[in-house]
Amino acid sequence: MTGNEAAATAAKLARVQVVAAYPITPQSPVVESLSAWVESGELPAEFVAVESEHSAMSVCIGASTVGARAFTATSSNGLAYMTEQVWWASGARLPIVMCVANRALAAPWNVLNDQQDSMSVRDSGWVQLYCRNNQEILDTSVQAFRMAEQLNVPVMVCYDGFLLSHTVMPVDVPSVEQADAFLPPRPKPLQVVDPADPRNVGPVVMADPRRDGDGVMQPGYMEFKAMHHRALLDALEAVPAADAEYAAVVGRSWGGLTWEHLLDDAEVVLVAAGSVGVQLTLVAERLREEGVKAGVLGVRCYRPFPAAALAAKLAGRKLAIVFDKALSYGYEGPICTDLRAALCAEENAPAVFGVVCGLGGRDTSPGDLADSVRRAIADAHAGARTRATEWLGLRLEGGAL
Amino acid sequence: MTRITELPDAGFVLPGNRACAGCGIGIGLRQITAALDGQMVLINPASCLTVLGGMFPIASVRVPWIDVAFPSTAASASGVAAGLRAMGRAGEMTVLAMAGDGGTADIGIQALSGAAERNDDLIYLCYDNEAYMNTGTQRSGSTPSGARTTTTWTGKKENPKDVPAIMEAHRIPYVASTSAAFPDDVFDKVSKARGIHGLRYIHMNTPCPSGWGFDPKDTVALGKLAVDAGLVVLYEVEAGEFRLTGRSKTLAKTGRRATVADYVATQSRFRGMDAQTIAAVQAWADERWERFVARDAGECG
Repeated sequence: MTGNEAAATAAKLARVQVVAAYPITPQSPVVESLSAWVESGELPAEFVAVESEHSAMSVCIGASTVGARAFTATSSNGLAYMTEQVWWASGARLPIVMCVANRALAAPWNVLNDQQDSMSVRDSGWVQLYCRNNQEILDTSVQAFRMAEQLNVPVMVCYDGFLLSHTVMPVDVPSVEQADAFLPPRPKPLQVVDPADPRNVGPVVMADPRRDGDGVMQPGYMEFKAMHHRALLDALEAVPAADAEYAAVVGRSWGGLTWEHLLDDAEVVLVAAGSVGVQLTLVAERLREEGVKAGVLGVRCYRPFPAAALAAKLAGRKLAIVFDKALSYGYEGPICTDLRAALCAEENAPAVFGVVCGLGGRDTSPGDLADSVRRAIADAHAGARTRATEWLGLRLEGGAL
Repeated sequence: MTRITELPDAGFVLPGNRACAGCGIGIGLRQITAALDGQMVLINPASCLTVLGGMFPIASVRVPWIDVAFPSTAASASGVAAGLRAMGRAGEMTVLAMAGDGGTADIGIQALSGAAERNDDLIYLCYDNEAYMNTGTQRSGSTPSGARTTTTWTGKKENPKDVPAIMEAHRIPYVASTSAAFPDDVFDKVSKARGIHGLRYIHMNTPCPSGWGFDPKDTVALGKLAVDAGLVVLYEVEAGEFRLTGRSKTLAKTGRRATVADYVATQSRFRGMDAQTIAAVQAWADERWERFVARDAGECG
């Protein structure tokens, strides 16, 4: 099945109760599948055919507030359009799961893959997971509900548009019994919506704590934000725990926060999130044939950022090369920046070089990626501890940036 | 029709809320919550109503209440309705979205139109105080021509959007126009809407002493004058059937309408409004009023 079918199948296995989504390439088949299953009765859920992505997330917010299990999916400008509600969902501590078929952001128009869309909301208080293949999309999306409902934070499951969303791969679908054994019904929401016990959910909160009607001090805005941050940090344990529990029931594990390939004795480590990481495994194998001790360290969980885990795995290596499919304009790739920060207190830290690649669907062939690694190794041999971000395969008059 | 002396004293709106003195919202909200007997969940975006509702951890209204983002009122309410239905709780409460005119006519209209097209099972009530009052009286799509706001310093040049007509064009089961100055009319319309399924839209004119520039004691008098001048018309459209209600119905019989000049003279927002603009608004009001009266008489759709 395709990555989109895997995402939709996961939502069905999770027995989602409310689905609201708006079509956008390359996510549309997720919506099409789910609406067909709701219409046929195969999925006993409410499907709300909204008029925009902003409303898709709004419907999920409303449904999740009253306790329903809610799901949506989007891409690119759709995610940008719903960004106000992406923040609202996390601030309201709603365990919504959203799949993002990663696509470049306009302008100019481009429907192909990069990860600028989800990277642009990395600070919005969601757990962000990046998948390598369609099996991982299905398994991770089911796991996402478990961790979301455990922590009361929303989870974004990201997968590369077209490269995964529209590519057919063999996918093993767990049985309904297995899915039910792994994922119990949603626990009661944090807030009560009941005329017999009326509450105001999400009113204005002042900067400082205030006393309630009984004279008890209640949190201010910063206290609520600290609780949210703490919940996201707790995901550093909840993400691998959900993966381990899933493995116990279904028999497949994806490594929790990070994954690795040929890492044990690696001196040169290639770091990436998503499907480009799979390509890098081929690159590492090829370079090993050339005598280079190369390995891959994949970022599966990008938020919360597994800084300690990454630093521990990179200590003592000679060189880390980060392949970002996104950019903080005016600086560098986001994973590269975060990794540098994670390593800054590490005495045996490798040099960290950043490479921006694959923007707007630009092909990242293993050959081009291998050449990029060879250039980085040559720069490191020449004594460089840092260097300007490389734009892989850029053909711009005037040469380098 | 319920007489004003027969309205229940339901007590869902507690005294001592944070609304301005003379705010029309509280008058309307008492009837809305009473008509739904508190068996409701209120979905509310950023607005004056948010302020009335109170600041955490103290609330001033004893009904379940969910605060949502400004453009999202209708969609969030659709989500609440879908969630309650999915969980088998739809019968427990009426979903009532309640937003201001800016949140309805301007930033919220896309989501509202979507919910209306889907005929989602909720009441959407717009309380229309005719500008962005919570942010300091900026013009909205519902601000009347001639009104000074902090973004129309010499008076607004355009007539307001006719949001109830926009909603009627969606062919939803119930559309009503009412005024907070007529609590009995508000109560009856919300009570009727409660018994209907699908998307029900109620537009409630809500006088605002601070934004319109009048003494807080005159809220009800000003709201009545707006109806008497035919600027606000009390009516309902139930399953496509139009009828005037209450004072507007009486007015159609007697023909004794107040003038726009009478109305604008009562509020400082209209100060300096020239005779030509007043005449233009009068002509606009006359044309609307005659169309409403003709519709009530069954003379046109």
